[in-house]
Amino acid sequence: MAEVEETLKRIQSQKGVQGIIIVNSEGIPVKSTLDNQSTVQYSALIHQLVMKARSTLRDIDPQNDLTFLRVRSKKNEIMIAPDKDYFLIVIQNPSA
Amino acid sequence: MEITYVYTKFRREFGRPGLFSDRAETVMVDIQPNPNLISNFVVKTPRDQATQACVDMCEHPVNTERFESTNCGVNHMEGAWPKDINPRDLEQTVRFKKKIEKEENYVNSLVHLGYVMDHCIRQNNTIDIYQEHFKEDTMEKVPELPTAKTMCVFRDPNKVKRTITGLSWHPDGGRKLAAAYCSLDFQKSPPDMSFDSYIWDLENPNYPEMALKPESPLVCLDYNPKDPHTLVGGSYSGQIAFWDTRRGSQPVEYSSLEHNHRDPVYKIIWLQSKTGTDAFSASTDGQILWWDVRKLSEPTERLVLDPSREGNLDRALGAISLEFEPTMPTKFMVGTEQGMVVSCNRKAKTPAEKIVCTYEGHHGPIYAIQRNPFFPKNFLTVGDWTARIWSEDIKESSIMWTKYQMSYLMDACWSPVRPSVFFTVKMEGVLDIWDLLFKQSEPTLSVKVSDKPLYSLRIQDNGQVLACGSHSGEAALLQISSGLSILQKNEKSLMAAMFERETKREKILEARQREIRLKERSRSEQSREDEAGREDGDDDPEELLAKVESDFYSLVETEMRKREKERRAAAPQEEEACDENETKDEAEDEGKNEEDKVKNEEDIGKTEAENEVKTEAESEVKIEAESEVKIEAENEVKIEEENEVKNEEENEEKNEAEDGQTE
Repeated sequence: MAEVEETLKRIQSQKGVQGIIIVNSEGIPVKSTLDNQSTVQYSALIHQLVMKARSTLRDIDPQNDLTFLRVRSKKNEIMIAPDKDYFLIVIQNPSA
Repeated sequence: MEITYVYTKFRREFGRPGLFSDRAETVMVDIQPNPNLISNFVVKTPRDQATQACVDMCEHPVNTERFESTNCGVNHMEGAWPKDINPRDLEQTVRFKKKIEKEENYVNSLVHLGYVMDHCIRQNNTIDIYQEHFKEDTMEKVPELPTAKTMCVFRDPNKVKRTITGLSWHPDGGRKLAAAYCSLDFQKSPPDMSFDSYIWDLENPNYPEMALKPESPLVCLDYNPKDPHTLVGGSYSGQIAFWDTRRGSQPVEYSSLEHNHRDPVYKIIWLQSKTGTDAFSASTDGQILWWDVRKLSEPTERLVLDPSREGNLDRALGAISLEFEPTMPTKFMVGTEQGMVVSCNRKAKTPAEKIVCTYEGHHGPIYAIQRNPFFPKNFLTVGDWTARIWSEDIKESSIMWTKYQMSYLMDACWSPVRPSVFFTVKMEGVLDIWDLLFKQSEPTLSVKVSDKPLYSLRIQDNGQVLACGSHSGEAALLQISSGLSILQKNEKSLMAAMFERETKREKILEARQREIRLKERSRSEQSREDEAGREDGDDDPEELLAKVESDFYSLVETEMRKREKERRAAAPQEEEACDENETKDEAEDEGKNEEDKVKNEEDIGKTEAENEVKTEAESEVKIEAESEVKIEAENEVKIEEENEVKNEEENEEKNEAEDGQTE
C-alpha cells in the first residue's frame, strides 16, 4: 500500500504530469488524481483503446503482447502501461 | 475440283481507259451437286448445339439519396461495476476501491507499472522524441498548381430557396458563418417564403446552428468584430436589426420605421469605436445612416449621397456597397448604383464637406468595393463586367482593370494574406481567383462552383477558406491551395512597385488630358469661327466618325512608315531617348491616348462618344495641321522602346515572383 503511494507520488512529481489514473481490467477507475468526470471519461475510452490495441497485436502474432501504449496528441501525451489486471494511465504535457 | 476462269488482254490494250458496256448475263460456271459425295457424310439427328443466350446487362452508377445524419452525444454511464455495487452510492464505491487497493496483486503490478511508466516520463522530459530532426523547408519543391477544393455546401433548409445576399465570418477563428437569405427579385417572392437567415457551424453542414428571425428578410449582415456574439443586419424593408446570439433568434432591437432606410439596406458594417456599438448602413434610397446599436430608434447621423453636395434626397445616388477599413476610421467609401464611387470623410464639419471626391468608371452598379488590406490607398471595385483597381490619388480613372468578362461580376474581395490576390464571383456561377503578380490579363484560377449565379463571397481571415453564396441558397465553402494563401517572398514590395507604376502612368495620362483641355480652351478662344463651323459639322455623329476614322487610319499609316525609319535610326539613340523620355512622355502619351480613345469610341458606342470625339477630332486635326506628327512618331518609337524596357522589367518581376512561388 505504501509502495503504491510512493510510486504514484514519484510519478506525480515528474515534470509535466497532469494526471494519473489506475484502471482495473473491467474499466473501473480505482484511483485517480483528476476530477470524477474526466476520470470516468478517460477510463472508459482508454480501456476500449487498450483492448483494441491488444487484440490487434494478438491477432497479428499470438505470441506478441502489448507492453506500452503512447498516444501523442497536439496538447499532451497519454501514456498507458498495461498489465494483466490493471493499467496505469498517465497524462503528461512534456513541453510545459 | 478447281474452277478457273482465264481473263486475257492484249498487251497493247494495257493502259487504255476502260470501256464498260452492258450485256446480258451469261452463266460462267455451273456446279451441280455430286451425289457420290453423300457417302462421306452421316446424317445426325438430333443435333446438340450450344447457343449463348444471356440476359442483356449494363452498368449504371447510382448516387443514393442524400442521407441526413445528426450528431448526438451519448451519455456515458459508468459500467463495469460488479452487480451488487451501485455506482451512485459513494460509500459503496469507495469501499470497493479500498478493497482492491489492499490486494497484493494490485500492489505488485502497480509497482512494476510504475517503473515502466517512470522511464517513459523521464524520457519525455529529457528529449522530445517526436522532434523533427532534419528541419526541411516546408515549402514544397514542386510548384503545385493553384486549386480550390469544395469542402462542403450549406443548403437552405427551406423548401423555397432564396438567394444568399450577404455572408459574414465569425470574427473569432471563423468557425461559424452567418448568411443572409433574401430574394432580391422585385415582388417575386412567393408568399410562403421564410424570412429566416442562418448561422452555420462549419462542423455541421447538415443544418444551421441557429436561425435569425427578422420581420423582413435580411439583405446583409455583419458580425461585430469586437463582440462575436452580436450581429447587426439590414433588411429588405430598410430596417436595421440587432441580434445577440446568446439571447436567441429574435432580434434584440429594431430600428424604428420613421427613421430607417426607405429601400433595402444593401450593406451594413460595424465601426471602430470606443464603445464598440457603432455601425453604419447604406441603401439605394441614397442615405448613409450611422447607428448606435444600443439605441436603434433613431440614427446618430445621416449623410445624403448627393453629388452636388446639397443634401438633396431626390438627386441622391443609390448606394449599393460600403467600404470601411479599421485602420482609417474617418474615411469610408460608397459604391453606388450609378457606377460612381464616392469617398467620404466622416469627420467633416459640414455635410457638404463630407463627400470628398468621386470616382467614375463603371457603367453599372458597383456591387463590391474593398481596400487592399496591405495597401490601403488602392481599392478594388466590381461592377458591370469588369473588376477595377483604383488608387485614391487618381480620380479620373482606375489604374488597373480586367477585360470585359462574359458575365456580370457580383462580388469581390481581396485576400487577407496576399496583397496581390483577389477573388471575384460571377453570374455564371464561376469563382475567379486573380493573382496580379502572376497574370494580369486573366484569372489565375477559375472554378465553377455552381450552376446558379453566385451572389456573394467572403473569405475567412486566415485566407484559406472561402465562402460563396448562390442564387439557390447554397453556400459553398472552398479551400484554397496553399500557393494562393501563403505570402510569397518579396510580394509586398513587388505589389507596391506595381501599384506605384500604374498610378504614375495614370497620373501622367491625367496630366496630359488636362493639358489638352487647356490647349483647346485657349485655341477655341482664339478661333471662335472655326469652332462654330466645326460644331455645325459635328452635329452629325456619323459624318464625324467617318472623318475620325479616316484621320485615324491615315495617322496610323504615316506613323508606321515613320516608325520604320526611326527604328533604324533610333537604335544608337536609344540611350539618349531613355533620358529624354520624361520630358517627352507627355507628347507621346497624348498621341497614344488619342488613339486609344478613338479605338474605344468605335468599340463602345457612337452616341456616347460624341463629345469626346468632338474635342479629339478637333485636336487631332489641329495636330496634324501643325505637323506634330513627326515629333509624335519619334517619341512614340522612343516610348515604345521605353515600354518595351518596362515590359521587360515587368516580365523580370513576374519571373521573380514566379520563381518565388516555385521556390
